[in-house]
Parts: sequence; structure tokens; C-alpha cells
Amino acid sequence: MIFYLSAFLLGLCLSAMGLGIFITMKIFRIPDITTDGSYTLGAAVTAVMLTQGWPIIAVIPVTLLVGAGAGILTGLVHTRFKIDALLSGILVMTGLYSINLSILGRSNIPLINIETIFTALSIFDKQIYNEVWVGLLFLVLLSGLLAYLLRTDFGIAMRATGNSESMTRAMGINNDRMKIIGLAIANALTALSGFLVAQYQSFTDINMGIGIVLVGLGSVLIGDALINWLKIRHIWLQLALVMLGCILFQMVLAVALSLGVHPNMLKLITAIFVLAIVGIPRLARNRTA
Amino acid sequence: MIQLNNITRVFNQDQVNEVLALKEINLTIKRGEFVSLIGSNGSGKTTLMNVISGAVLPSTGKVYLHGEDATRLPEHKRSKWIARVFQNPLGGTAPDLSVLDNFRLAALRTSKKQLKIGITGAFKEKVRARIAELGLGLEDKVKQPMGTLSGGQRQALTLLMSTMDHTDILLLDEPTAALDPRSAEVVLQTAQRIITTYNLTTVFITHNLQNALNYGNRLIQMKNGTIVRDLDAEAKEKLKLQEVYEWFG
Repeated sequence: MIFYLSAFLLGLCLSAMGLGIFITMKIFRIPDITTDGSYTLGAAVTAVMLTQGWPIIAVIPVTLLVGAGAGILTGLVHTRFKIDALLSGILVMTGLYSINLSILGRSNIPLINIETIFTALSIFDKQIYNEVWVGLLFLVLLSGLLAYLLRTDFGIAMRATGNSESMTRAMGINNDRMKIIGLAIANALTALSGFLVAQYQSFTDINMGIGIVLVGLGSVLIGDALINWLKIRHIWLQLALVMLGCILFQMVLAVALSLGVHPNMLKLITAIFVLAIVGIPRLARNRTA
Repeated sequence: MIQLNNITRVFNQDQVNEVLALKEINLTIKRGEFVSLIGSNGSGKTTLMNVISGAVLPSTGKVYLHGEDATRLPEHKRSKWIARVFQNPLGGTAPDLSVLDNFRLAALRTSKKQLKIGITGAFKEKVRARIAELGLGLEDKVKQPMGTLSGGQRQALTLLMSTMDHTDILLLDEPTAALDPRSAEVVLQTAQRIITTYNLTTVFITHNLQNALNYGNRLIQMKNGTIVRDLDAEAKEKLKLQEVYEWFG
């Protein structure tokens, strides 16, 4: 039970990144893989600040800012130099590896015996219950904010940009600027996942971000499949389903582990699972077509 | 008002596929004028319209919109004067967004898109009332995604969207090319009504010569990047369809 609750909590922690990837992939239709770098960036900043005794309330805005910075960088490379979004993401992600390493100072920092966001609450006897509640509260707040943003006039402009660029240009929207803002928000959210996961697992490791974009991608695809299947149009329900996708994804990995799959095989399982999510519906469609 | 001074536009300059799309065009379109622009493919009609909208910048020459020098202004900054309807019904609307969302953006065409909820009860009512004027029965579909409507319905709504915010210039780039004759008629009549009501300066590109004759109070024919005929309302009135066909003979 605790094992699955723990997977549930990890799913929650990764939901922030899921929301970010949902914004780039589904709203802006930009394949952004800065994620691997901005996730570790968030975790690195968190680890360094927490070990230096900064309060959590100060760590959150800094994490968001550095994540947004990474996104802005990718956005600038993509729009100013007219470089393919995928390549822009790879460039920034690769560069961030060195930055992250120099922030950390070594390849990993443990967060043992340090106040974290998850120890802030102590209502229940079992610590994991407290942690799950903190995670839930945090993500409900975050997705609520994001849903509000997407429903504002600015949010409508954001959603339209990924939908029809000729329309948005005619409506006085600067598409390039909008894309940069979108990438900034997405990577700020990703960094926030790094912030949460570092505290969830009580350490930050320079390699923790490798392949994380695939986890996010798979999770968003699960969420998107649910959105299409249930024909959900309300934006906040869509965001809730994306978060559910993140949790389901971690649950599947937890089941795989409990079935005796060696942890070394986890990345391979992740890749195969994402392939299955993307591939199976297409095979099914080809058969009926 | 639109004023083009000595506009020349060259594509692929100094290459084997160099094209002189516009040759020293001088054109003034007064406030409230409704220009039908005709010409065969490659005559420069669309480039001319794109120079006005900012999608294409001229190689030489000046563009004045409403007396202001707009020669170097990008497309999204000219939207404070210009509303557009594209040939492709997908071009002027965001298909995955609801009709209401599309109208909200249109209502903010000339202003900032702020961090507040703009789709209020009052706004919904305003949009419903406007759409009801079309008489297409679309007022009950404002919550549907734009993409679920037909091409004709979308073009009619795009036209209506241009009136949600202050507009001086309306650019219609073959707005009915993708439509059946009945829908085309609805769209053009809607356009006519809007243009008259709001006294809009209009440029209307069409390949349908009958439409070019029936609509507008000025007729311009282009050929090889230049204006070869320019008829005012009176001359256009006397014109017969047969004569226009002969221009293309």
C-alpha cells in the first residue's frame, strides 16, 4: 500500500512537469525537450538553497524563475535564429547540464534531516499520508492557477497561437513573443517538478533528468487520450486529466517494479510503455481505416 | 485610407527564379471605398494585399495607413487598423477554440490581452445578439469549437468578428473561393452590409467576375505586377460582364 501511495505521490510531483509539457505540446504544438535540463535545474537550485538553510517559501519563486529562464532561452533560440524547436531544446538542455553541475558543485546532494515541503504537515500518524496531502494541495493550487490563466484573455491568446498563427497575427498577437512566454511557463513548471521530486526522494542527482521528458510525454499522452475519449472541453478538467495521466504513468511503473522487473530496466520499460501509448492507437486506427 | 507610393516588390532577387511581383504601384484608396481587385494568377493581386497587411514588405516604396507611415510595421502591429478574411476558412479563426473565444480575441484585436476573464455574461449576450443578426441560426452554437462549423459559416463569422473592435480597413482575399455558391452569396451579402454600416475601406480580391461587378464601388485590374485598369463607381456601373471577360481574352 505504502509502495503504491509513494508512486502516487511521485506522480503528483511530476504533474507540474506534465502540465508544462501539456502547454508546449498540446497548446503551442512545439516539441520542447528543454525539460531534461530544466527539471534538474529546479532540483539543483532546490538542493543548494535548502542545504544553505533558505526557507521553502523563498525556494519556490527562485525555482520558477530559473526554470522560466531556461524556457526563455529555448524560445529565443527558436524564434530569433529560426532554429527548429527540437534542436533549440537540445541545445539549451545540453548547455544546462554544465550549469546544473556547477550549481550543485558535485554530482549529487543529499537532503537528509532537512525541513522539506513534505514535512511541513503533520496531521496523520503515518508520514506518507501527510506527504500525499501536501502534494495534492500543492498541485490543486497550481492547476487552479494555471486553469485561471488559460481562461483569461491572455490565456485565450495563448491557446489561439498554437492553433492558427495567421489568425493570431491578424488579431494583433506577436506569435514569437507568445511562444517564448509559453516556453517560459512550461519550463518554470518543469523546474517546479524538480523542486518537488528532489524533496520527495531526499536528494538531487545530476543525472535525475535524463529521459524525464519521455515520462512527461507519456503522461500527457495518457491524459490527452482520456480528454479525447471523454470529449472534455473545460480547460480545468483537461488539466486534471493530464495530472491523472502523470499519476497513472507512475502507477504502471510501480506495478512493473512490483512484478519483479529489475530497476535497471525501468528506463527501457518507460520507453516501451510510451511507444505502446503512441503506437497502439495508431495501429488500431490503421486497421479500421 | 490606404496610400501606396511607388511600391515595388521583387522575390528571389538576383537569382534565376527572380520575380518582379509589383512594379512601381501608386494607389490611393479613400475611406469607405470598396475596391474589387481582379487579375489572372500571378498578376500581383495577393502580393498587393500582403503589402497592405504587412505579410510582405515592399522592396522599395512607402505604405501609409490612415496617414501613418506603416511601411516597416509587422503584420500584428497593423491589426489596429486592419481586419482580414482569408481564402482558407481556417486562416481567420482558431478551429479548436470555441466561437466565443474567437470572438473574444476579435474584440481585443486593437488592445492588450490582459490577465483577466473577459468572457462575461454581458459579453456572451453581445456575441449572441451579433451572431443572430446573421440569420444563420448560429447564436446557439457559441460554445462549440469553431472547427465544427462549415466553411461558409466560419467565413461569415470571421467577417462579423472584424466588427467586434474598431476597424478601418477590411481585406478580403478570395473569401468565397472555397465555398458553394449559396454560402458565397451569404458571405458576400454579410460583407456588403458590414462595409456599409461601418464605412470600411475595403479591398476584395476575387476570381469571380460577376461578384467583382456586383460588389464594390471601384474596380481595379492588375496584370504583370501593374494596375492596368482602374474604374470608379460610375464607370463600373456601366460596365457589362461581357466586356470584363474580354479583358482576360
